[in-house]
Amino acid sequence: MRYPGMAATTSLKPIPASSFGSARARHLLIRAGFAPFPDQIRDTAALGLDRAVDRAVRYQQVDAASLAGPDIDPDVIRPPNAEELQLRRTDRDAFRREVLRRLGQDRRMIVQLRQWWLQRMFDTPRPAEESLTLLWHSHFASRHRNVRDTYLMYQQNEFFRTNANGSFADLARGIVRDPAMLKFLNNDRNVARRPNENLSRELMELFTLGEGHYTENDIKQGARALTGYHVSDNDFVFRERQHDDGAKAILGRRGTYDGDDFVELLLRRPQCSRYIAFKLYRHFVADVDDDERHWPRDVRSVIEQLATRLRKSKYELQPVLATLFKSQHFHDPEVVGRKIKSPVQLVVGTVRATGAPTRSAARINRAMAMMGQELFEPPSVAGWDTGRAWINTSTLFVRQNLCTYLITGKDPQRDRWSRASVDYDPMGLLAGVDLQPQPVVDHLVDVLLGEHIPPAQREPLVRFMKDRTSGVTADSVIALLVLITAMPEYQLC
Amino acid sequence: MSEQPPFTRREFLNTGLALMAASASVPAFLAHSSQALAQSGGLQRNAPGVPSERVLVVVQLSGGNDGLNTVIPFGDRAYHNARPRLAIGEDDILNLNHRDGLGLHPNLQPIHDLIGEGRCSIVQGVGYPNPNRSHFASMDVWHTGDALGGRGHGWIGKAMDQSAKPGDGMPVISIGAEAPLATQGQRVKPVAFESSDLFRFAGRDLHPAVSETYDRLQEQPPPAADDNAAFIYRTALNAQVASARVRDAVAGRAATSFPRTGLGRQLEAVAKMIRAELPTRVYYVALGGFDTHANQTQAHDRLMTEFGAAMQAFDRELQATGHADRVVTLAFSEFGRRVAQNASNGTDHGAAGPMFLFGSNLKAPGLVGKHPSLTKLDQGDLIFHTDFRQVYAELLDGWMKLDAAAALGRRYPRVGVI
Repeated sequence: MRYPGMAATTSLKPIPASSFGSARARHLLIRAGFAPFPDQIRDTAALGLDRAVDRAVRYQQVDAASLAGPDIDPDVIRPPNAEELQLRRTDRDAFRREVLRRLGQDRRMIVQLRQWWLQRMFDTPRPAEESLTLLWHSHFASRHRNVRDTYLMYQQNEFFRTNANGSFADLARGIVRDPAMLKFLNNDRNVARRPNENLSRELMELFTLGEGHYTENDIKQGARALTGYHVSDNDFVFRERQHDDGAKAILGRRGTYDGDDFVELLLRRPQCSRYIAFKLYRHFVADVDDDERHWPRDVRSVIEQLATRLRKSKYELQPVLATLFKSQHFHDPEVVGRKIKSPVQLVVGTVRATGAPTRSAARINRAMAMMGQELFEPPSVAGWDTGRAWINTSTLFVRQNLCTYLITGKDPQRDRWSRASVDYDPMGLLAGVDLQPQPVVDHLVDVLLGEHIPPAQREPLVRFMKDRTSGVTADSVIALLVLITAMPEYQLC
Repeated sequence: MSEQPPFTRREFLNTGLALMAASASVPAFLAHSSQALAQSGGLQRNAPGVPSERVLVVVQLSGGNDGLNTVIPFGDRAYHNARPRLAIGEDDILNLNHRDGLGLHPNLQPIHDLIGEGRCSIVQGVGYPNPNRSHFASMDVWHTGDALGGRGHGWIGKAMDQSAKPGDGMPVISIGAEAPLATQGQRVKPVAFESSDLFRFAGRDLHPAVSETYDRLQEQPPPAADDNAAFIYRTALNAQVASARVRDAVAGRAATSFPRTGLGRQLEAVAKMIRAELPTRVYYVALGGFDTHANQTQAHDRLMTEFGAAMQAFDRELQATGHADRVVTLAFSEFGRRVAQNASNGTDHGAAGPMFLFGSNLKAPGLVGKHPSLTKLDQGDLIFHTDFRQVYAELLDGWMKLDAAAALGRRYPRVGVI
């Protein structure tokens, strides 16, 4: 599925520090986090390669205390109290109405949580933290639609964020004790007498090993290990009496394993490091096929090297990510500007890179659903499809129209539009730029599309600006931004 | 199996002149590209890809249609006993099978007519094992054809994956903001729009110069390699042509008339796109509001009217435009409702229900299969005897000529409707 053109260098050795200028700084920022505003590119280039990568990867050094938490009531969905149990006996209909009322309240709360996360992505000084949180959300995917408990989804989101650049082993250990996941995969019904295989299967197929690296019997035995891993209101609980403590044979080993032991067995498989290396590669480097038989040789080589490093670091992510982000492979021209943006990258990147107002959260979320990426609602436990799956003839228009909406306030549903709805001054993007057509176009193309875009692609934009009788004004720059964000190259990063 | 003709530059060139004549809104740059490439010898001699292929239209009745008040077992005392306030009197019911005491909801006269003409089959007692009574979970089962809810890909998408490439034209069109899971393939992604006028670049409205420059930017020669950039250029080109063709198709007048209802409007648009011979093999529309927990009668009566009238208008239009023979329409709901009514004069989520098929190519018009028993129940619900995947498999294999086993993961016995 990836470009069959020239193969990229497979070296993970760092690029020369002297080659780290604005183009490479931009590439680092957009891939490790989201598309940057011009001054961030300048600042990052000035830091130099080592410090820039260190700041992106070890982002705890950046103060994020100003970001507020969401207002999520943990008790909207909870077990019935004594009074409600009494009601259930005396007036079933009234009890049912109360349950439905709470579910309705929870559906309104997930809307708030979704807006909160998106706003956090717009505002955060640690973009890699949110990008990694999103990666884990899609890797260990749960859906609110099935879990129907916003607080549990928030708790899971915070779990991903807390461990986002820590150790993958901790993420895997935590996910079998995560209430939202246990509910989503029905492990709260996994009991010794009647094991439920759902979590056991996905733990191997989607979370650690990938398809084909275990047997049906491993799934059955693993399910027994996970019996009794249940949820009590908002917390994990181990119900010993529901747990099967007999001997199990999993992946060729035998013991009285519980769920935690099962995870350790999986982490010890070299295949787990390869599978996670692939997920990191697909998130940060290139759109590669799920099926490793379709990987080009250079991709296979780099993923193997990353897997080796993951094993060496005991799944600690920071050293692996730092190596990757400094590497010759990551900065190869065959990698730069060739990855398709996810809807989140498109929306968040556009707001961050242009400084456009965030406008109506409801409308943005609606567009994100149309583009196929509604936060907290991945299509299944397998997470979101990536790469070319994001783009077709209808999502391409939604993408272009959403960017137009962010920049101009023009609602695609309405033909009419007035200058007053713009409410955005784009001139801050042009600080220090000579306000003539060519330099203005070059600057905005460099920032929004990348320095690698050849002159021929810029020419229609230059012509557009030259034809504006009033010259470079806020109005013409807004029109220029609409045009740049509608270019095919804008879908890439 | 014939390849789905995509809106590639080449396909556009093949049909370019015809398209120009039909379409005032095709961006000028496409005409330039077409001429330039024609001069350079890029014009193919073979005939343009006229889609003579078969079409499937899916109508989703969302919320759980009350099958028992749709195909009504009026001859069964248990029906009247279970629904003291909701049962429909025998005098009002449109008789279908007097011996078995079965008939249609009074507002389904149009469907009664279609059955009389041999243009509608109703498969009774359709469902699946261990039915899930949650809307989302059950809808996922129906969309994926997988009792576990699948991996984010649906039965139509997986079937279409076999013949189409990602970004190809528009093999599947869904009317609505979000494309349904059923139509999501691993490679094939459905084209979805709420209305055809939203299926375009809205930035054109800002200023004529923006519109012109936009066209010029998409006109860049596509990169030679098959990398992501080339893929997006190709999709962008496809999008321009598809947008123009869809909007032109839908802007025309229908040959007959459609009811001014939500479903009527959606099916009118679909009929026009079929008439315009878009290279689309599956259309997906939806009618919501079937979740009738309280005071069901009025709401359900209105939905039956909307459903029946729209289906008949759609059939009439396809016949009038000469496309009826290449279209089969399926209507389904994620579950039926409980046999017994509840205390609020409504019905709660149930299990098995009827499935509808429309078209000229039906083997067994009328009622297919037995009505499920009203006394032998599973937790108060009807027990299915026909798996919905049997009907899917027959539609894919028998009608669409696609590999049903690949889409559904295994073979299913035939029902004998197509």
